[in-house]
Amino acid sequence: KYERGSATNYITRNKARKKLQLSLADFRRLCILKGIYPHEPKHKKKVNKGSTAARTFYLIKDIKFLLHEPIVNKFREYKVFVRKLRKAYGKSEWNTVERLKDNKPNYKLDHIVKERPALGQPAEQQPQPGSSTAGVLTPALRPQAGRPRNSSCSERSSANRELASVTRLSCGRNANKKVFLSIKGIYYQAEVLGQPIVWITPYTFSHDHPTDVDYRVMATFTEFYTTLLGFVNFRLYQSLNLHYPPKLESQVHTEAKTSEDTYALNSESSLEVRGASSAGPARKLGRGLSPASASHGAAGGPNSVSGPSSRQEMAAQEEDRRKELEAQEKHKKLFEGLRFFLNREVPREALAFVIRSFGGIVSWDKSLCIGATYDVTDPSITHQIVDRPGQQTPVIGRYYVQPQWVFDSVNAQLLLPVADYFPGVQLPPHLSPFVTEKEGDYVPPEKLKLLALQRGEHAGNLNESEEEDEEEDDGDGEEEGEKEEEEEDMEADSEKEEEARLTALEERRLEGKKPKVMAGTVKLEDKQRLAQEEESEAKRLAIMMMKKREKYLYNKIMFGKKRKIREANKLAEKRKAHDEAVRSEKKAKKVRAL
Amino acid sequence: QPSLLDAPAPSRRLGSDPGLSDSDSEESVFSGLEDSGSDSTEDATASEEEGEGTSEQRGRMDRSPGQQVGPEVTSPTVFPSQARTPCSRMEVASMPGEDEYAEDSSDEEDIRNTVGNVPLEWYDDFPHVGYDLDGRRIYKPLRTRDELDQFLDKMDDPDYWRTVRDRMTGHSVRLTGEQVALVQRLQRGQFGDVSFNPYEPAVDFFSGDLMIHPVTNRPADKRSFIPSLVEKEKVSRMVHAIKMGWIQPRRPRDHSPSFYDLWAQEDPNAVLGRHKMHVPAPKLALPGHSESYNPPPEYLPSEEECLAWEQQEPEERKLSFLPRPFPSLRAVPAYGRFIQERFERCLDLYLCPRQRKMRVNVDPEDLIPKLPRPRDLQPFPTCQALVYRGHNSLVRCLSVSPDGQWLASGSDDGSVRLWEVATARCMRTVPVGGVVKSVAWNPHPTVCLVAVAVCVRPGVPRVGPAHGLEASQEERQDGLWLRIHHGKPVTQVTWHGRGDYLAAVLATPGHTQVLIHQLSRRRSQSPFRRSHGQVQRVAFHPTRPFLLVASQRCVRLYHLLRQELTKKLMPNCKWVSSLAVHPAGDNVICGSYDSKLVWFDMDLSTKPYRVLRHHKKALRAVAFHPRYPLFASGSDDGSVIVCHGMVYNDLLQNPLLVPVKVLKGHALTRDLGVLDVAFHPTQPWVFSSGADGTLRLFT
Repeated sequence: KYERGSATNYITRNKARKKLQLSLADFRRLCILKGIYPHEPKHKKKVNKGSTAARTFYLIKDIKFLLHEPIVNKFREYKVFVRKLRKAYGKSEWNTVERLKDNKPNYKLDHIVKERPALGQPAEQQPQPGSSTAGVLTPALRPQAGRPRNSSCSERSSANRELASVTRLSCGRNANKKVFLSIKGIYYQAEVLGQPIVWITPYTFSHDHPTDVDYRVMATFTEFYTTLLGFVNFRLYQSLNLHYPPKLESQVHTEAKTSEDTYALNSESSLEVRGASSAGPARKLGRGLSPASASHGAAGGPNSVSGPSSRQEMAAQEEDRRKELEAQEKHKKLFEGLRFFLNREVPREALAFVIRSFGGIVSWDKSLCIGATYDVTDPSITHQIVDRPGQQTPVIGRYYVQPQWVFDSVNAQLLLPVADYFPGVQLPPHLSPFVTEKEGDYVPPEKLKLLALQRGEHAGNLNESEEEDEEEDDGDGEEEGEKEEEEEDMEADSEKEEEARLTALEERRLEGKKPKVMAGTVKLEDKQRLAQEEESEAKRLAIMMMKKREKYLYNKIMFGKKRKIREANKLAEKRKAHDEAVRSEKKAKKVRAL
Repeated sequence: QPSLLDAPAPSRRLGSDPGLSDSDSEESVFSGLEDSGSDSTEDATASEEEGEGTSEQRGRMDRSPGQQVGPEVTSPTVFPSQARTPCSRMEVASMPGEDEYAEDSSDEEDIRNTVGNVPLEWYDDFPHVGYDLDGRRIYKPLRTRDELDQFLDKMDDPDYWRTVRDRMTGHSVRLTGEQVALVQRLQRGQFGDVSFNPYEPAVDFFSGDLMIHPVTNRPADKRSFIPSLVEKEKVSRMVHAIKMGWIQPRRPRDHSPSFYDLWAQEDPNAVLGRHKMHVPAPKLALPGHSESYNPPPEYLPSEEECLAWEQQEPEERKLSFLPRPFPSLRAVPAYGRFIQERFERCLDLYLCPRQRKMRVNVDPEDLIPKLPRPRDLQPFPTCQALVYRGHNSLVRCLSVSPDGQWLASGSDDGSVRLWEVATARCMRTVPVGGVVKSVAWNPHPTVCLVAVAVCVRPGVPRVGPAHGLEASQEERQDGLWLRIHHGKPVTQVTWHGRGDYLAAVLATPGHTQVLIHQLSRRRSQSPFRRSHGQVQRVAFHPTRPFLLVASQRCVRLYHLLRQELTKKLMPNCKWVSSLAVHPAGDNVICGSYDSKLVWFDMDLSTKPYRVLRHHKKALRAVAFHPRYPLFASGSDDGSVIVCHGMVYNDLLQNPLLVPVKVLKGHALTRDLGVLDVAFHPTQPWVFSSGADGTLRLFT
């Protein structure tokens, strides 16, 4: 028993560890690097040889695959190295320490990157891992303050470099799509080779060090993803005929040494500036390339479908695709021709990245960071991003807007009216661009407005409802008129009632003479409703006839649906209550003002 | 005054100089003596300890004249040297000679006044300020000067600015010009000594210059010109280590690029076998509106929701954070759990067991079985037509006459009522003097006979299991025809299709639970020799000589002529409550107290053909319609469910069961709903009797 089948396909963690002759920490590292994860067997008890103890199982094939991993030897070498080094330290043999450090064993992850599943796919799909692991990728890349002491600074900087190159790339190709300011950080979505990639950057504050986090694990992830990203970046840059890693350092170094303060070099800003400065040529190239790829995609699409579809359909599809492409192009040029100036209190990196990737030109105060190209006083500035209200005398000829305007505009794919975003104004809610409402879901009214705007309805129509509200508030006279009308209605009603009473009296008088015949009440049978009822009853009866298992499933599904509806209703109700509260408050204020 | 002139430490001499210059000879002698005694120790230190020197200067300057009151300097610090001049000057007579050794060292106490280290305010009320060495009082100056005097002094005395008061003696001291200069220098932060140069060039004994003469005259060691053994050993060890490969030369730096086109030689279509088993990690959910820094107001939790969120376990929470609004972007703080969340994701990626789960993605409408529409299965009873009221207690049983004109019902109130079906009129009430357990109308169309099972107190002596009694004359006028006494209460009576045989079920343990009475012959018999559990119901087969006996767990089919068990049906329910046989005879339905209705197709198997769980509560009665393909079940939940049960003549086709109507009308009393159901023999009508004391007709 237990010598065939699933029992032989799985191996417990401890057994695997013993087979590999690794310590637990090394085993974990190896698993992370090689992408080996435990599997949940279908019949746990069978696999567990009859025992029901909680164990984690690995596929035995995976473990065999690890057995031939050359990096395991590197781990061992490293362990030996550490032991020697510690010994030398203990004996204060500094020469030995030096010598050992010179020959510190290091390893490369290239082959692992190559053989990782889902990465060894054709080049077009390469960024996909990025998207699937976006969650990890960023933590690993950006736990700035949370780095452990033992992980080297160089590693972190390299991670930052990789991310910077990604941002540069997306900046260059105008691949950025969506931005979302959440309370956790800023989410970005970019499209690289048709694959959406989402990553999050925390707000630029120092983090406190959580003690319940194993930094070794994070460091291992960082190590792997940095390498992976490097190779992917290389590939992407190569596809754009660019050199990777970009050779701008020396240039910037000399420039910086002559012109700027050298302290800024080590900071991330210099990286970012480098990214920005490289954005120019990259953009040119990207633009040169993108239509080609787009046309290729357009050509490839119908070919695969072409068989049965008639020519008209094809034409319609083509039309749709063309429109979509046009919209995309338009979205990419959203901020073209606009010149932005960032005040020092706004998140500069994020805004500069977003604005640049949508074709805008951006600058900031010279004393804030290197890379400023023009001054506040430049008359050609169209938008100044401000977050503190009422701090300077406004310059005529430019809009002062809060940073949310930029992000909302990007998500809405159009330049929103700036009036809602003036400094000091209560901002409209910032909606998540990642939510696509399905039928039956709750849609916030702001989103509805936005959709209307996108469809091309004008702002005038859009604001109508609000104006109406105001009118209601304002127009007491109108209300009075309405009241009068109502009164008229009331009068009419009362007249009718009187008539009815009179007729009733007459009837009563007549009743004395005539034989008594009770007027039967006419039952209005709504045929539709009856049919509906019948339908629903039939359904109920059919449900009664369901088998037990199916009934359970059905009830579960229906429960889920009902819960969804309930939640949507709850949200709608909440919104309604809130709106009413706001309105009544407004009214009260007005009354007080009067 | 030669001793004064050659004083080696000018800083020390300064204070005493002016004093000496205008004092008498004894003093000068004294000071000279003192110099000679203390110089040897102090000279050396004076030059080095500048700080100390200055403080000494200052202290001395205060006191030395000891004449006038000055507001600027009051220093209670004690220095031995400063004491010398004033004391000697005040108590000239006493001082000389004896003191010279007492004040040898520099850390002597002030001996002009021996009060010690006490606040001098304590002496404010006394004429003296302390005691001298001999214990005599030191008196204050006779006349204390008041404000006016001070003012006058200030106006008149040109030296007022340079007079200070010595607090130890109470006298005013006028500072000399040198002392003033000293004070001024100190105030400027300079050294007290004018002639002291703090920046003298340092003389370096061991200079870097090569001298022609060695510093020491020692001859060189032997080891300095013999090769070192230790070093040799070390070198040989290193050579050995290099030979053995323990020490390796520094690795040349790797100059190959760290990144290159990794997938250059990759076959794009190659998929490693291992990748087939790959289960990709589920993606993280993208953020919704509620995660925004400025969410729409409806996404903000109310206070109760906040509280509920806080009380939940972190794993149970729907959102891992509480939505919060911020008025502007600059007010948004760092997210505290950022690193933890990333870390959790990392953990999930490499620690969490993965499994491919097939999500059931079905349209719930598809799950509903496609049944013929009830409208197509008409006729069946659809609505309540009549209510028969009259009984005071729950109506346990009812029976319809074979022509469908009359209805008999038995109740707990001890009466049997006969109703006209069409008008709901109670034609007759027959008090029977006991709880009526069962009524059954004789199916023979020519005989008008109702069998009633009544539970009465046994007034007749027991003779065997059953004992028939002809009714008396007057009873006959009342309609009673025959009375059969049983030893035990009868729970059910039922007629054979011909109307001659009557089966009764007794509530007794043992084999005499079922008795069959033959009316024409006035004969009773107990067909079973052995009991198989408590019998719940019996029924005659409509066409063949079979008797169905339902015990608690199973239904047995006996052949009456051959007197053998033909079939045993297993309904798989806890407690069978009721039983009905299809008029064609091949199908049996069985209701049970665990709210199941079981349909047996006896041709098919002894297992249930279909189990219907339509009712919420225990079933009390089931019935087949004699003509139409209908059957009904009444239950404790107060509803009667009418189903279409079509049995085809074609043996290959299974019966079609479709529920067509749920009839409600009976009110629940004492947790009991419908107690009995029966169909009209000719019409598609169903009667039901309930615990609320009514009978209802649904048409």
